[in-house]
Amino acid sequence: MRRAWAPYAVCVLLLALDTATPAVTVALHDGTSVVASSSQVDARRHGELLLPAVDRVLAEADTRLDAVTGIVVGVGPGPYTGLRVGLMTADTFGLALGVPVHGVCTLDGLAYASDLEVPFVVATDARRKEVYWARYDDARTRVTGPAVDRPAEIAEQVAGLPAVGAGALLYPDTFPQAHEPEHVSAAALASLAAEKLAAGEELAPPRPLYLRRPDAQVPKNYKVVTPK
Amino acid sequence: MADEPLVLGIETSCDETGVGIVRGTTLLADAVASSVDEHARFGGVVPEVASRAHLEAMVPTIDRALKEAGVSAKDLDGIAVTAGPGLAGALLVGVSAAKAYAYALGKPLYGVNHLASHICVDQLEHGALPEPTMALLVSGGHSSLLLSTDITSDVRPMGATIDDAAGEAFDKIARVLDLGFPGGPVIDRYAREGDPEAIAFPRGLTGPRDPAYDFSFSGLKTAVARWIEARRAAGEEVPVRDVAASFQEAVVDVLTRKAVRACKDEGVGHLMIGGGVAANSRLRALAQERCEAAGIRLRVPRPKLCTDNGAMVAALGAEMVARGRAASDWDLSADSSLPVTDPHVPGQGHGHDHVHEIGEENLYS
Ligand SMILES: [Zn+2]
Repeated sequence: MRRAWAPYAVCVLLLALDTATPAVTVALHDGTSVVASSSQVDARRHGELLLPAVDRVLAEADTRLDAVTGIVVGVGPGPYTGLRVGLMTADTFGLALGVPVHGVCTLDGLAYASDLEVPFVVATDARRKEVYWARYDDARTRVTGPAVDRPAEIAEQVAGLPAVGAGALLYPDTFPQAHEPEHVSAAALASLAAEKLAAGEELAPPRPLYLRRPDAQVPKNYKVVTPK
Repeated sequence: MADEPLVLGIETSCDETGVGIVRGTTLLADAVASSVDEHARFGGVVPEVASRAHLEAMVPTIDRALKEAGVSAKDLDGIAVTAGPGLAGALLVGVSAAKAYAYALGKPLYGVNHLASHICVDQLEHGALPEPTMALLVSGGHSSLLLSTDITSDVRPMGATIDDAAGEAFDKIARVLDLGFPGGPVIDRYAREGDPEAIAFPRGLTGPRDPAYDFSFSGLKTAVARWIEARRAAGEEVPVRDVAASFQEAVVDVLTRKAVRACKDEGVGHLMIGGGVAANSRLRALAQERCEAAGIRLRVPRPKLCTDNGAMVAALGAEMVARGRAASDWDLSADSSLPVTDPHVPGQGHGHDHVHEIGEENLYS
């Protein structure tokens, strides 16, 4: 179905994508609502799944990539290799199309999708027995974070709060009140971005939130090879 | 000439973010951003550092290449990218960029082999590759002897290193000698003032029963390190120039001897040398000498085209377009161990669900 644009209205068509969690998620938003979306959970195939998903979402909305007026991308935090797939794709779309690329914290997308009106926590799986997490006053208001920590070490700071995200569901000792949504959806990311842009707010630059330094062991100065 | 394919190539298999543009066999742009300085203090390439740098450098480098070439993205006939082999996370950044760029511009995508690209780049320097061509590829990541009868479809492995890559041996010896990283250029420089026959270091895998075309540099590396340690233990000064020259001679002697032998055995009249170590002055000189003696035509591209770059990927991409090879699918994956026998990764059409196994450590390191 082709959508008819209201005359004189500013055309908005946002393509949102996020690869910072095990979900490969894509959505198209026309400024009012989500037009089409796709989410697949497969932590090991971000690189393969993303472009076909974009293609599918555009086809479902009966439009083409060059109709898009802006790109929204989840900037993490998230496991780096997957995270970069979304950011590199968004950056390059922006270059090729000459449209702005907006960054949104992935945890903010999860928070927005939770619809909670009370203080809560978002936590995603950071691997290595750690979580990426942030605290919110409500679905739109982040008050601390994002940060990366071991669940046990933040137990006091999140005690008594409801929690969403795969990281919360993974560690029930720290997050006894964990519930859905488990993964971020580009639909939520797009809706949040559309809301902020309509309100004239600046979004973050599309740069990754790694939160950790790269693992790099300086090789031991020089290993002696002569047998003792 | 205007009807020759105009192709942009992206290379991110290691620490260079390369974007090149070629028209057929003509080089139009070769933009490279390197993160080598960020790795220097680690004494080797750190994969995560390289991947982060690729993400930052990609868009500016594409921009720079387009300006350098004076072409518009909409006029491109295709986008080529290194699909492998290389560092998994680093490759994935380039593959993601290439897919997004090709998709957004509505151009075909060609995932190509890094090693075949190293061979094909010589077309930009010396014109169409002779068929067949023997290729000796030597760098910090590879030491291979390859025979190609058609660079877009037929690359056969003749031999390869069974342990360290030649460039890796240079890095390690430079470290033992406290000369810094990367080791290739600095060893070359010291070696010029040293005596290549001062110390008789071993030539790996050159015995009568050893595989004729395989290489081994691990034993050499250990022998050199022991020799240096013995000097140091005895309180003697290490003759750095002679060590560098003698070590380098041992490496290039074996490389050129085996490459020339492979040409003779297979009746191939052309040898090309590529990869970062091809910039080594002694390797070039000895290869020239031995090829002349054997009646073999030697082709070595200029040093900037020997190291990893986007132009080599564009060169192979343009050849894929010229020869009508199938484009890749949108689900093209980065394959850190793409076999050298696959010059490119053709699409399988619709309904194809090829799951590629990549170790989780690679993805989440
Ligand atoms: Zn290479």
